[in-house]
Amino acid sequence: MTRFLLTRLFHGLTVLWVVVTLTFVLMRVTPGGPFDRERRLPPEVLANIAAKYHLDEPWLKQYARYLKGILQGDLGPSYKYLDRSVSAIVAETFPVSALLGFFALVFALGFSFPVGLCAAYYHNSWADRCCLLLATLGISLPHFILGALLIWLFSIQLGWLQAGRWEGFTSVVLPTVTLGAAPAAYLSYLLRSTLLETLAEDFIRTARAKGLRESAVLLKHALNNSVIPTLTVLGPLSAALITGSFVIEYIFAIPGMGRFFITAVTDRDYPLIMGVTLVYTVILVCANLLVDLCYSLVDPRIKSC
Amino acid sequence: MRQPGALWGLAFILVVCLGGILAPLISPYGPGGLDERRILESPGWSHWMGTDGLGRDLFTRVLYGARVSITVGIGTALIALGIGTVYGLISGYIGGTLDHLLMRIVDICYGLPDLLIFILLSLVFGRNIAGVLIALGLVTWVRFARITRGQVLQAKAFIYVEGARAIGGSHTRIIVRHILPNIMAPLLVTLTFSIPAAILAESTLSFIGLGINDPYSEWGTSWGTLAQDGWRAMRTYPHIILFPGLAIFLTILAFNFLGNGLRDILDPKGK
Repeated sequence: MTRFLLTRLFHGLTVLWVVVTLTFVLMRVTPGGPFDRERRLPPEVLANIAAKYHLDEPWLKQYARYLKGILQGDLGPSYKYLDRSVSAIVAETFPVSALLGFFALVFALGFSFPVGLCAAYYHNSWADRCCLLLATLGISLPHFILGALLIWLFSIQLGWLQAGRWEGFTSVVLPTVTLGAAPAAYLSYLLRSTLLETLAEDFIRTARAKGLRESAVLLKHALNNSVIPTLTVLGPLSAALITGSFVIEYIFAIPGMGRFFITAVTDRDYPLIMGVTLVYTVILVCANLLVDLCYSLVDPRIKSC
Repeated sequence: MRQPGALWGLAFILVVCLGGILAPLISPYGPGGLDERRILESPGWSHWMGTDGLGRDLFTRVLYGARVSITVGIGTALIALGIGTVYGLISGYIGGTLDHLLMRIVDICYGLPDLLIFILLSLVFGRNIAGVLIALGLVTWVRFARITRGQVLQAKAFIYVEGARAIGGSHTRIIVRHILPNIMAPLLVTLTFSIPAAILAESTLSFIGLGINDPYSEWGTSWGTLAQDGWRAMRTYPHIILFPGLAIFLTILAFNFLGNGLRDILDPKGK
């Protein structure tokens, strides 16, 4: 198992290195620079700016400098926010994004387990069909439309919940539900199909034959064996939460990393773009590693990669 | 086998495609036809979906927007299919060390935050339809590569492929005549599911202002951009976001229904 985890760790580090290199190269080949303005700056000023940010050095040297900085936890200066470094911006905005993602994940899990169980228990009934329909709807409904709909209904029409900023319970509900809806729908669907597969196994028949109540069969025997396959999607799911959080933070004006990323792209604030991309990749890699770890702990059959 | 959902989906997709192609014939207004006398009108007989802040007919804009979404959706899926299938064929058919190496690359691509990479790529290729197509295609091809490779590995073990090789069939012949036809079904299903994914990605990015940036295009404005216009005025004029939003949602839903149906027909085990 140690060998398996080491391989996965190495794989994760490779992904990180690829992202660092890729973003570095992409930012350098992108037409236009961060200091292109409507009014052209005098060449002396441009030369000074380039010297300050080491943009006049050869690429390889800049790359080495950037790598060295990352290893020391320094993501470089921001071109746009002159008084703050990228690391400072990340440190300030990351907790907000992480909390939003966490709430959405809790919402998705809390929603999907009862719904998935219910759909599997009442297989082929109206409850089951509703679950299927809900899954398709959830996958098809873009975040920004769901967000707009919820804001229109609960904030503008009913006036129950706050539709902006990030302060207190009433402002947290709508973003959480908007971000968590698609994962919730997908997870319920997945749990339902894994449960149905497990329910067709021999040991379930044995459990029923020895006279266990149907609820005990479902909750003890079937659920235990269906959680593992569901667990594997938490990797891709965290990727979905990350990309979703962008839009959510934009719609609900939440001061998280995603919002800074969007403005950084329009401002061509390269170090900020690279820094945020890197942080998101780290989260993604960690989530995948965590899933691998849980997987190998829960299911001892998995040894090699 | 009866698949009412898939048929409804297909019908809706055809309507959207026809609407986009025949937009100039269907609508008496142009996509950029400003009219300061009809600003922000509610839906009515002369303007089925109302008008926007510049007096443009929203129904016309949604019709023209279908061109963008459908082009991006189908175009991306085809680009990804092209790259991914060739990659997966090479990897699976040749096998050995090359296969191992190529699949490692695919593994790494799977670990990337794809939307972020897409945004960075679209900065490089430009924020127009062609740029978005290339960028999205480069992000989505890995899925096709993995599926093709897995399918090729399975197909290689079939008796008739072995037979074709035994009677001296060339590699090209074996791939084109014996392997490709057998792996078409899962590829078609994946293709159908990647179209709505691409439409979703494009409209989302256009909505947050990082997608197609071509405001005066006669070709059409992205539904995401239209929704963004409506978003700013949602409090007072909700109809401007309602109709583009519905168009995006229903189109994606239609493709997903079609994909579900195709999967059930072509691959009964995979449900």
